[in-house]
Amino acid sequence: MCPSPPEMPLREELVQWLLVLGDDRLVLGHRLSEWCGHAPILEEDIALANIGLDCIGHASALLGLAGKEEGKGRSEDDLAYLREAIDFRNHQICELPKGDFAFTIVRQFLVDSYAALLYEVLKSSTNAELAAVAAKVHKEVTYHLRHSSQWFLRLGDGTEESHRRTQQSLDALWMYTGELFGDTHGDVALNAAKVSPLPSSLRATWKAKVSDLIRLATLSLPSDEQYMASGSRSGRHTEHLGHLLAEMQILPRSFPGASW
Amino acid sequence: MEFDRNFIFGQLRRIKDPEIPVVDIVELGIVRDARLVGGVIHVDITPTYSGCPAMRVIEDEIIEVLRQNFPGSITVNKVYSPPWTSAWLSSETKEKFRRYGIAPPGNVCGIEKLVALGQARQPVACPHCGKSDCELRSEYSSTACKALYFCGSCKEPFEYFKEI
Repeated sequence: MCPSPPEMPLREELVQWLLVLGDDRLVLGHRLSEWCGHAPILEEDIALANIGLDCIGHASALLGLAGKEEGKGRSEDDLAYLREAIDFRNHQICELPKGDFAFTIVRQFLVDSYAALLYEVLKSSTNAELAAVAAKVHKEVTYHLRHSSQWFLRLGDGTEESHRRTQQSLDALWMYTGELFGDTHGDVALNAAKVSPLPSSLRATWKAKVSDLIRLATLSLPSDEQYMASGSRSGRHTEHLGHLLAEMQILPRSFPGASW
Repeated sequence: MEFDRNFIFGQLRRIKDPEIPVVDIVELGIVRDARLVGGVIHVDITPTYSGCPAMRVIEDEIIEVLRQNFPGSITVNKVYSPPWTSAWLSSETKEKFRRYGIAPPGNVCGIEKLVALGQARQPVACPHCGKSDCELRSEYSSTACKALYFCGSCKEPFEYFKEI
């Protein structure tokens, strides 16, 4: 009995997963762009804007793939600008407001660490187009992680104020990390077809790497024995996503069909 | 006029990178392939960095240049595989970077090791005075592909094209 080709029966699962990947990058990129003109020093204004631009480039590729796989004629722009919050699949950690510089750096560090592990595995996806995009994303996320790791260390092992703000941010963000490693039925199917790893399979390595740097930065590791936010894989988000999308989508929604 | 790969590539060598106007998009490895199929010219390009904002400009310029000699349709396709790498840059291209004031990228072999904080980059030489007591100021500079350094000898800041 021949197994059916993975692409056909797993189309819905693949589209959903591509939306998770693309929406994470898009929403994260948007939060980073909010620092433009407001960062504490010029070098970071430029750095955060560039990292945000990379993220939006990733979103463009991933959402473009999602639209193509879906086969309903939706472009990357349609997906980015015309969906409601309930249809977004980004993890909640990405949509949280940017906070202070420490909060942004800690959020980047936690998400970059996860993305570096995830995309390293996705480079070997049996879906050739996803593998190609993943190879590119992985290289750039490696540089993002270097940037956020360096700052995480500097802020944690820094002044009394930077240490306090960084610990506060770490404590506030930890409840959003559990969601990164939850498995859905779709994830199990995609993993069986070797399209994508099981999110839960990344947890141990992520925890080990993140713990190492937390220790080096003289910070305390928050406990996993706490309520962990969840729901984004079904479109349940924090109250922040709606406001973010209102800002991000207002122009194309005000002028439907407009182009440069 | 034969619109084969060689001819098209020759035409596209006239297009300089918008950010670094001393190098062209062919030697940068942005143009990956070109072919005439069924009366349509197809050009495959790959972004250096995913979010590179120059790609739109480059796409427009490709069409504009080819249109000067070709009356038919021209399609520019973005491809992601193989991913762009600075290893594609020849030593001549790197020397053009240096003369322009941008320190050229080092060898690509250590990219995965870059995240280890103890792992410093290979020493970077100042493109102005040549000395190596240069200090990293920021991993990102005017564009995502470049980092910002400061030369301890001649006291000039300069950009470094990162290996990727």
